Amino acid sequence: MSLLEITDLRVGFRTEDGLVQAVRDISLTLDEGEILALCGESGCGKSVTAMSVPRLLPPDTTELSGSIKLDGRELTTLPESELRRVRGKTVSVVFQEPMTSLNPSFTVGYQIAEVLRRHEGLSRQGAAKRAEELLELVGIPAPGRRMKEYPHQLSGGMRQRVMIAIAVACSPRVLIADEPTTALDVTIQAGVLDVFRDLRDRLGTAIILITHDLGVVADIADRAVVMYAGRAVEQAPVAQLFAEPRHPYTLGLMKALPSAAVNGRLAEIPGMVPSPMSDPDECAFHDRCPRAQDDCRLSRPPLERQADRHLAACFHPGGGK
Amino acid sequence: MLWFILRRCGSAVIVLFLSSVLIFLGIRALPGDPATVMAGQEASPAAIEAIRHEFGLDKPLPAQYVDYVVQTVTGNFGRSTQDQLPVIDILAERIPVTLELSALAMLVAIIVGVGAGIVAAVRRGRFADYVATGFGLAGLSVPHFWLGLLGILLFAVTWQVLPASGYVPFTEDPGQNLQRMILPALVLGTGFAAILMRQTRSAMLGALSADYVRTARSKGLPEVKVVGAHALRNSLTTVVTVLGLQLGALISGAVVTEQIFVIPGFGKLTVDAVLTRNYPVIQAVVLVTVVGYVVVNLLVDIAYAFLNPRIRLSGGGHD
Repeated sequence: MSLLEITDLRVGFRTEDGLVQAVRDISLTLDEGEILALCGESGCGKSVTAMSVPRLLPPDTTELSGSIKLDGRELTTLPESELRRVRGKTVSVVFQEPMTSLNPSFTVGYQIAEVLRRHEGLSRQGAAKRAEELLELVGIPAPGRRMKEYPHQLSGGMRQRVMIAIAVACSPRVLIADEPTTALDVTIQAGVLDVFRDLRDRLGTAIILITHDLGVVADIADRAVVMYAGRAVEQAPVAQLFAEPRHPYTLGLMKALPSAAVNGRLAEIPGMVPSPMSDPDECAFHDRCPRAQDDCRLSRPPLERQADRHLAACFHPGGGK
Repeated sequence: MLWFILRRCGSAVIVLFLSSVLIFLGIRALPGDPATVMAGQEASPAAIEAIRHEFGLDKPLPAQYVDYVVQTVTGNFGRSTQDQLPVIDILAERIPVTLELSALAMLVAIIVGVGAGIVAAVRRGRFADYVATGFGLAGLSVPHFWLGLLGILLFAVTWQVLPASGYVPFTEDPGQNLQRMILPALVLGTGFAAILMRQTRSAMLGALSADYVRTARSKGLPEVKVVGAHALRNSLTTVVTVLGLQLGALISGAVVTEQIFVIPGFGKLTVDAVLTRNYPVIQAVVLVTVVGYVVVNLLVDIAYAFLNPRIRLSGGGHD
C-alpha cells in the first residue's frame, strides 16, 4: 500500500460564472521517501491537486469528490478538527511566495516554535531550542541570532528556508512544496533543492513537488505527473519521461526548455489552454497538438499504460524525442 | 527603538512650538485693543498706556511671545473674563470630566467596533456580516444629538432606568458617576464604533486572504489563533491609525454630547467660552486641544512601532 493514494479526485470552484473545474479525475500514488513532481503550465490544476490533500482550499466555494487516503485513512471526509491535527504534523506545505508566506509581525523563531508547540506539545523553551536546531538543519547560518529576527530582515532564499523549517518541524510523512524555487534566484534554487533531498534521505519524507520547471524535475524528482487542463496526461519515472516522452504536450514542454532551444529560439506550444468551464468529450490538447487526427476530436483518450510504470493519455503517442 | 521615540518626541516639540506661535499671533491679530477695552471708553491715553505697560503690551512682539510661553509653561493662563477664576483651575476641573467621557466612549467603540469588525470579516457574506455592516452604516449616519435625545427619551423617560442628565464626580460617588456617564459614552462611542467596525472589517478581510494566514492554517493552528493572532495582529495598525485620526471627531462629538447631557466638561467649556468671547479661556482651550492632538499622535506613532517590526527596527522610515 502506498503512503498516499489519490483516486478519481475532482475539484471545482463555484464562481459567479459557474463551476470552474480545476481538477478532473486525477489518480496518483505516492510512496514513502518518494519525490513526485506535478508539472504543467499555470492553471493546469497541479497546485489544486496537492492542496486538496490537507484541504487548504477555500471551504465555501470548493466542490471536491473522489478519495484521498493517507496511510489508509480517508482525508476527504475527515472533520476539520481532525484535519487540523494532520496539517503541519503529517502533511505540511511549503508555499510558492517566500516573501509573503511568513507573518511580518512575528519573529522567525516564534513562527517555527508555534507549530512545534501545537503538535509536539513542547514548552516555550523546548520549542525555541528545537526551532534553532531546525534553522541550522535548513542551512541558515547564525541560527541563534536569526531566531529573533523578523521576516523582512531576511532575503528571499532565507525566508524560503524558514518556511521549509516550519514545514519539516514535526517530521511530516508528506511534504507538499508548491513551486518552492520559482521566486528564488537561480543560485539559491540548488541549495533549497538540496535541503529537500537531504530531508527525504534523513527522514524518509515523501515530497510532492509542484513545478513548471522541467529542469527542477530532472534534478530531484523520482517520478513525474504531467498535467494538462486539470487531467494527468502522462505519468512516468523521471528518467523514462525524459528519455521517451509519449504525450505530445510533454514533448512540447521539453522543447520549450532553454537547453533544447534551436538557433537560440525557444519552441513554444501554439494555441491556448481550453476553458475550465466546459469539458467536451475530446482530447483537451487536440487543437494545439501537431499529431492530432480526427479521432482526437471524437472522444477523450484514456490514461493508458505505454510501458512499465509509464502512462500516457494519447491516441497517437510518440516513441521518443 | 529609543532613538525612534526620541525622534518622534523631537518632532512633537516642533509642532507644539509652531502651534504656540500661531495661537499667540492669532490672539494678537484679533480686532480691538485689549488695553483700550480694559481701561474703558472714557480713559485717558496715559491710563491706557499704563495698562499696556502693566501687561507688557508695549514690548516688542518677540518679547511678548517669550512672556507668553513662560507664563503658559508655569501654568498661568490668566483669569476667565466671566467669573475671574484662574483659567488653570477651570481646566483642572473640566478636563478630567471629558477625559473620562472620552475614555469610556473609546472603550465602548473598541469593544463593539473591533469585535463586530472581526466577526463581520470572518463571517463575510453571511448573516452576521450583514447585521454588523447594517448597524455600522446606521451608526455612522445617525447624528450625535439625535441619538442622545433618543437615548434620554428611551432610558430616562420611558424606562426610567438611567438619569437624564447631570454629572457627579467619580471621586464623590463612583456608582452615580457611571450611571450618568454610561448613556453619553454610548452615544459618543456609537459613531466611533461604526468607523472602527468598518476599518477593522476591511483590514481583517485583507489579512485573512493574505498568504501568511494560509501558512498559519497549513500549520494546523486552531481558527482562534489564525484569526486572533495571525490576522488580527496585522490589522491592528489600521485600527490604531483610525483611533488616532478619530480623536478630533471625539472632541467635537464631546462638545455636542456634553451639551445634550449637561456634563460640565471640556467641550461644554469650549462652547460657553466662544459664546461669551472669553478670550483667555479660548486661548487655553485651543492650546490644550493642540497638546492633546500632539500627544495622541505621538502615542499612535509609538504604538505603530510596537505593532510593526519594520518601523521599529529601521528607526522610523518606511521601506
